[in-house]
Amino acid sequence: MHSIGDWFNRRLQPYRALSARDKRRYWADFFLNNAIYIILLILVIYVQYYSLNVMRARNTFLSFTSIVDILKKSAAALFLALGVGGIIVLTGTDLSAGRIMGLSMLVSASLLQKPASEYASKMYPNMGTWPILAVVILVMIFGAMIGSFNGYCVAKFKLHPFIVTLATQLMLYGFILIYMTWGNNGGAPIAGLTDKYKDIVKGTFTIGKTAIPYYVVYAVIATVIMWYIWNKTTLGKNMYAVGANAEAANVSGVSVMGTTILVFTMAGALYGFSGFVESARVGSNSATAGLNAELDAIAACVIGGVSFNGGMGKISGILMGVIMLQIITVALQWLGVSTNLQYIVKGFIILVAVAIDMRKYLVKK
Amino acid sequence: MSEYLLEMLHIDKEFPGVKSLDDVCLRVKPGTVHSLMGENGAGKSTLMKCLFGIYQKDRGTILLSGKEVDFRSPRQALDNGVAMVHQELNQVHTRSVMENIWLGRFPRDRLGGVSHKKMFEMTRAVFDDLGISVNPKEKISALSVSRRQMVEIAKAVSFNSSVIVFDEPTSSLTETEVEQLFGIIEKLRARGCAIIYISHKMNEILRISDEVTVMRDGRWVATTAAKQLTMEAMIRQMVGREITNVYPPKTNVPGEIVLEAERITAQFVNLKDVSFSARRGEILGFAGLMGAGRTETLETLFGVATLRDGIIRVAGRQVVNSNSRAAKRNGFALLTEERRQTGIFSVLDVTANTVVANLRSYLRGGVWLDNRKMASDARENIRALSIKTPSVRTSIRSLSGGNQQKVILGRWLLTKPEILLLDEPTRGIDVGAKYEIYKLMIDLASQGKTILMVSSEMPELLGVCDRIIVMSSGRVAGEVDPKTTTQEEIMTLAAKYV
Repeated sequence: MHSIGDWFNRRLQPYRALSARDKRRYWADFFLNNAIYIILLILVIYVQYYSLNVMRARNTFLSFTSIVDILKKSAAALFLALGVGGIIVLTGTDLSAGRIMGLSMLVSASLLQKPASEYASKMYPNMGTWPILAVVILVMIFGAMIGSFNGYCVAKFKLHPFIVTLATQLMLYGFILIYMTWGNNGGAPIAGLTDKYKDIVKGTFTIGKTAIPYYVVYAVIATVIMWYIWNKTTLGKNMYAVGANAEAANVSGVSVMGTTILVFTMAGALYGFSGFVESARVGSNSATAGLNAELDAIAACVIGGVSFNGGMGKISGILMGVIMLQIITVALQWLGVSTNLQYIVKGFIILVAVAIDMRKYLVKK
Repeated sequence: MSEYLLEMLHIDKEFPGVKSLDDVCLRVKPGTVHSLMGENGAGKSTLMKCLFGIYQKDRGTILLSGKEVDFRSPRQALDNGVAMVHQELNQVHTRSVMENIWLGRFPRDRLGGVSHKKMFEMTRAVFDDLGISVNPKEKISALSVSRRQMVEIAKAVSFNSSVIVFDEPTSSLTETEVEQLFGIIEKLRARGCAIIYISHKMNEILRISDEVTVMRDGRWVATTAAKQLTMEAMIRQMVGREITNVYPPKTNVPGEIVLEAERITAQFVNLKDVSFSARRGEILGFAGLMGAGRTETLETLFGVATLRDGIIRVAGRQVVNSNSRAAKRNGFALLTEERRQTGIFSVLDVTANTVVANLRSYLRGGVWLDNRKMASDARENIRALSIKTPSVRTSIRSLSGGNQQKVILGRWLLTKPEILLLDEPTRGIDVGAKYEIYKLMIDLASQGKTILMVSSEMPELLGVCDRIIVMSSGRVAGEVDPKTTTQEEIMTLAAKYV
């Protein structure tokens, strides 16, 4: 016990040495830098209290079912955030993420519809059903190609990713509208997915008594792979270096162009896979597929501390960001806050998160 | 096989509007230190960037061990045994020391990923070999500027290259570290490396060089064996004429104390308990290494950096410069160090650049600006400071560095300041223009203005200032009299708190 006391004393020493004014500043900094977590904690406690004592719900906000529900929603949103996170580390952004996912949703759905005998409005009535793995690979390659096109334009022509992806998301919307008129479809939502496809995404296994869908497992696998890439591979290290100081990376012999294109390509592949999952989750895929999904993904990254200044950010942060965004959404639903008001609250929280992020990383004078 | 390891022959490089390199030749023998000298803008760094693949030369040949090479990227240069310590510290601040050193060539583990363990050991090996004590896992941003420079040097050496370029490596180093660097260079020379050494410090160059090439205005001037050179000869080669008067005669006479800084400490930047005073009509110099807190002192006085503790008095009355507008009202003016980034508005014309700090005085009826008055003031400045520009409508970026600097100086004179804070006022401008800036400073001091001048060029501090304050690690290390001090004394003080 003595040594624990010593340890505390040692840790506290620098703090004790501060003047009264510095101590105040220390706490002010502490609260500001952790404001987002503090707000969240208060929100969670309040909603839990509300669900327990006001709603008298059998499954409260912090019950296992409710937590699993939040995690499920987070898992679905995670793929996009993992992709766009890398682009933000490069000081970029990606407005086309949602549309890439959307196109991938439509392609996945159209190739994995029930046979025409069972589902009359099948898009390609004469085509058999594709092997699922082939569809996964196809949409990922598709996404990767669009991503690499974005990356190439950014790196080669030195354009800001905002402009490049603003343009490509428009083009993609055009392609989406065109694609929906192909085959027998004529612009109708694409539905009637095979049971096997739905099973592979939405099918569940149980832990205890709670059913957990397979796509949560895919999200976990994607997270692990991305964590490895970001922290243990040359590509990941180069990504941080290019994001923090592209000139330093260049004179150290890193190909800034290659790194940029690869990060965008990787993101594209993730968007593609995300489309595969989302299509089965939604069931019926219309032209609004993936609309604005990138904004939630970017918001999650920013809340999770991926800095727009570049070179900063962690996979764990992105994970936290996605979950936190879902907690906020779900908590507001529990409180019965209207959808309109939810937008306002979410927007405000993103603003606070970015402001805090800037405070942390900007060099103060 | 030629006797030279590296030959750069008849190199031309043109940037839009400027011929930066014109028929430049450089030949370096293995096992020698070849110094490259010249004024700022003489083309030394440009030549090295052409070698290293950052710029592409327009014409000419580069031979490495007799074979022609033409690097399209730094990667190719590094792969072919050419390494470089860059003048600007090109480092990834958010990452660790070891990641910076092995960036672009990370050691692999069995899975093909980056092996942190190997990276750590390799970094330790490099540091031990060179006698550098830095924790490889430390974040770069946590290191002092001089330690960061040593890391850069270690990185360049760790490539085991046959040609190593050092571009002004000592501007932030303490004397001990400079000795350490010279030890490293000695080792490399013994190994048979060809070393190109760029520096402004002539005593350093005379000490370690075998040969010295001097450049001027993008051209080769002379290559001479160091043994046959003297400082005077080098200056003659650099400037192209006998310099009789480098500094104008000092006509200013310091009067009563105007500015007092009492134990000023900054909130965010490294500045601690800085006290000094300056007199009317005095030019007070600030010497020190890079990162010593000289710029920070001026910025804190001017309210651009946040003051935490301490008192600033002007003529005995306390002033609070909470921002640059307050500082302007209190009679301060600040000429910033990075002219291109924080001095000029490059796309705007000379008029706009002249009046920008003083716009309110051109308001008519509180609504519109008096364009005619602005243009006539700009013209008046052009005449008074003999600024060379085709017209007041010319955009400032097409002016030479010296003329840009005069426009900015004129900008501040329009605000009628009593205290001028000049941060590296002669950086990157040619000798003739430097003389004019010195003359202007001395004239202003003679009219009773107080001038604080930060400079990294010791000779100019000694030539222009009435007193010099030496700073070290954010503190005042001492004060010297330019008439009696030596560069050695200043260097010793500059390393006092490092």
